[in-house]
This record gives sequence, C-alpha cells and structure tokens, in this order.
Amino acid sequence: MSAAGTPACLETVYRTEGRRVLATLIRLLGGFDAAEEALHEAFAAAAERWPRDGLPANPYSWLVSAGRFRTIDRWRREARLAGALPELLALSEQTAEPIAPEDIADDELRLIFVCCHPALAPDARIALTLREVAGLTTEEIARAYLTPAPTIAQRIVRAKARIRDEAIPYEVPDRSALPARLESALQVIYLIFNEGYAATQGPSLMRAGLCAEAIRLGRLVVDLLDQSEAHGLLALMLLHEARRATRVDANGDLVLLEDQDRSLWDGGLISEANGFIGRALASRQAGPYILQAAIASIHAEAASTADTDWSQIVALYDVLGRVAPSPVVTLNRAAALGMRDGPRAGLVAIEDVMAQGSLDGYHLAHAARADMQRRLGLTEAARASYLRALELARQPAERRFIILRLGQV
Amino acid sequence: MRYACLIYYHPQTLFGGSPQANAALAECAGYDEVLKASGHFVTAEALVLPEEAMTLQVRDGKMSAVDGPFMETKEVLGGIIVIEARDLNEAVRVASGHPLATIGHIEVRPVVDFSRPRPVL
Repeated sequence: MSAAGTPACLETVYRTEGRRVLATLIRLLGGFDAAEEALHEAFAAAAERWPRDGLPANPYSWLVSAGRFRTIDRWRREARLAGALPELLALSEQTAEPIAPEDIADDELRLIFVCCHPALAPDARIALTLREVAGLTTEEIARAYLTPAPTIAQRIVRAKARIRDEAIPYEVPDRSALPARLESALQVIYLIFNEGYAATQGPSLMRAGLCAEAIRLGRLVVDLLDQSEAHGLLALMLLHEARRATRVDANGDLVLLEDQDRSLWDGGLISEANGFIGRALASRQAGPYILQAAIASIHAEAASTADTDWSQIVALYDVLGRVAPSPVVTLNRAAALGMRDGPRAGLVAIEDVMAQGSLDGYHLAHAARADMQRRLGLTEAARASYLRALELARQPAERRFIILRLGQV
Repeated sequence: MRYACLIYYHPQTLFGGSPQANAALAECAGYDEVLKASGHFVTAEALVLPEEAMTLQVRDGKMSAVDGPFMETKEVLGGIIVIEARDLNEAVRVASGHPLATIGHIEVRPVVDFSRPRPVL
C-alpha cells in the first residue's frame, strides 16, 4: 500500500473499507444522509491525520469512530442552536465498543436487504444497492443501465426518502421473508459483477475489485441461505472469474473467447462452479442464473471454440428465453446460432432482434451484427455497424478493439 | 467530478424583505466556508440582477448587443457554485444544504469532461 494519507492510499482504503464503514454508520447514525456525510468527513479527517500519525492498525474502526464523532459533534453544535441537546447527548454517550467481525458482515447484509426492500421500486432497489453497497457512482450506474444520470439520481433520492418516511428497519429479514427478498438481491449482485467485469468507466477494462466484491456478496448470501438460484449466481460469477486473466492482454486490449489461452483458465474455480451447478440442477430447479451458469460451463469445459457444443448452448438459451425473456438473451442466442448454423443464420437472427428497437443504444448488438457481416464478406455493411458500435462504446479497451476490427474490414 | 450548482430565484421573493428571505440571505454569506470545511468547495460567485447585464451575439462577423435580459416576473440565475463531489447524488445532497434552496431552485449540472464524446443530437 502507498504511504499513509497519500491520495493513492486513501483511494485504496476508500475502495476496500468505504462501503463497510458506510454500512455501520447507517446503523449507528440512523440514516443514509447522515451516514454519507459522516463517511465524507471521516475520509477528510483521514487525509488530515494519517500523513502525520501513520495508517491506523484498523482503518475500518478508525473511520467509523471518526465519522461518528464528527457527526455527533456537528449535531451538538446544531442542537445548541435548536435546543434539542438532551436527546443527542444520550445518543453520543453510547459506548464506542469495538465492533466484532460478524457484526460488520451483518451490517453489510442489513444494507443489502434495506436497499432491496420490496417497498422500493425494482429499479430503485438496484440503483440504491449499486451505489450504497458496491460504491458505484450515479454516473457509472447510469451507463450500466443505458439510462440518463438524472433518472438514476432521482431514483436514489426517492428511494432514500421512502426508506426514511416509511421507517424501513435496518435489519436482515427473518427466514420466512428471506427467499422472497432474495431475487432482487441476486440481480443486484450480478449487476455489480458485470460492472466490474466490463467496467463502463476508467482506464482498465476490468475492475477486479468489483468482481471480487460481487463474489464476496454472492458467497455471503449462499452461506446465509441454501437456495438454488443463489448457487447458480455464484457459479456463474466464478466461471467468468476463472477466465478473467485471459480476457485482456498485457496492453489491456480485449482478447476474444476464441483467442483466449484456455490453459490459463482457473480450473479450481471452474470445478467449484460445476459443483454448484450440479447440485442446483439435481434439485430440478432451472432458474435464470443456473441456466446462464450452465452455458458458461459449456464454454469453460470446451477445448476450443470449434469443439464447443453450440447446439447445447442454443438449446439452453431457448430455455433461458422462456424463463427470463429479454432482448439481450435473444441477441446472445442469435450469436450462438451464428456459431452453430453459420453467419447467415446468425445475421438474420441478430437483425430480427435489433428490429425491435430496444438494442439501438447497445454497442455490443452493433458489434455482433458487424461480426456476422464481416464473416459474410459484407464489407460496407460491417464497416457501418462497427462505426455505430464505436459511437456507442465507452470503454477504452472496447473502443480499441472495434477500431482494430474496423481496420480489418 | 465537478458540478455547477446554478441558483435561481424570483428577485421579488428574495429581495422582498420577508423574514424567511432575509434569514436565507444572511446565511448565504457564510456558506462558502461551510462548503470549504466539508471539502466540496471549488469556486462560487453571486450574480448582480440581469438588468445590469448585456446579451451579445456575433453573426456574420458582426457583434450586436442588447441590454438585459429583463425578466421581472421570472426566476433569474442569481449565483453559481462549483463543487467537487463523488457523483450526482452527492452533488445534489450538498446543494440541498444551500440556504437559497429554501427560497428558489438549484440546478445541478455536471461540468463537461472533455475526454468523453460530445453529445449527438
């Protein structure tokens, strides 16, 4: 780690501890706004003190107590004006006992479940969890969702107001309520993983920290609840993670599946994932995560692109399309069809789904169409599709890849 | 990220002498210090009423200018604060603490990041 208190060191600590500190501050201070302000103040205090005093042994505890006491001090000053001192004194006199590791995990789970509460609109749950649990910015969430930033910001503002106005408790739901609240939590965790896997912002394609965070949350949920889809999600993330090192080269450029060095895939993660898939399929439940994990597992098991069982993949996408229909699933099925039956069939299927219009702003749809056109020798059409994909792509590595392809057609 | 907080108000309301408006104006005086203490402050300016402004344009290489705009009955842009914030939600939370948020409106606009593509309209 960099020297204590340098911007790089604070950035690292913010990334590793910021969300856990926030989760605990929400419990201690009783609300999001107060906790966010306290988090901000705690890091401001760290920037001031750590260069002088050195990095504390436990940055998490240091930040929690700094944030808490600064807030209580401020409340005292404001209360003196407002004349509400006695109540706040009572709050500030709670002893600052050390926080046990299991309490920290509980705080994070509380935060996940309050953010995924059914009283909030589904879109708002996801936006709130991505921001508060995963630490994405509003702008990053907006790009992950192909949605304007003010729309996301508004969802977050309204969700917080709702949590406050309806006094939604900051707690892990009991076992009877838990399964119903799980689905939204799993969706959110998968989006966090995706944001890390193909980050929409920043110099490097993968923000390993976000992927690790999503896998950590996935394991946390699996430990808490033996449920097939939780295992499916964890398996899916582990399979992606197993290939992570081969997905970009030393220059940070994208490497396609067909060109990846399969000997470098992490066999340990793949077999761990296959264990989860086997167990979930044995329970005769095939939800969207198990199906996606099964597709990823076929890729992971194949010796090459040519050896891949594309028929099986298309069949699994057919089932997935029935269980959880979406334009992106249809697009992925179309791309797999292009591998099974050739680029002509792939192009027809891709153009069918794109004709529905909802993928117009999705750069990967244009890139997939361009790929089929390129393989068919439709140079001009391929060029136009790559140009459109380039206009829409944000991530530098993806942009370089599209530019490379443009040079080849 | 940097955000510009554009403060709009009705001149009649803000300078009409009501106790609430006078209290907000008094509080404004020290608000830069609040933002500096919290580490969000970049720069801030309050603006004179638009009656003292000029509006110009250049067409075919010729500059023309008019007085104003005059918008007696509308809200006017009365001040600009630039803040540093983690994201749009933090910027909104910080701007919501400004005294004039209780009298007028505050528009929070991200400052352009020129490394990103221009909007296509």
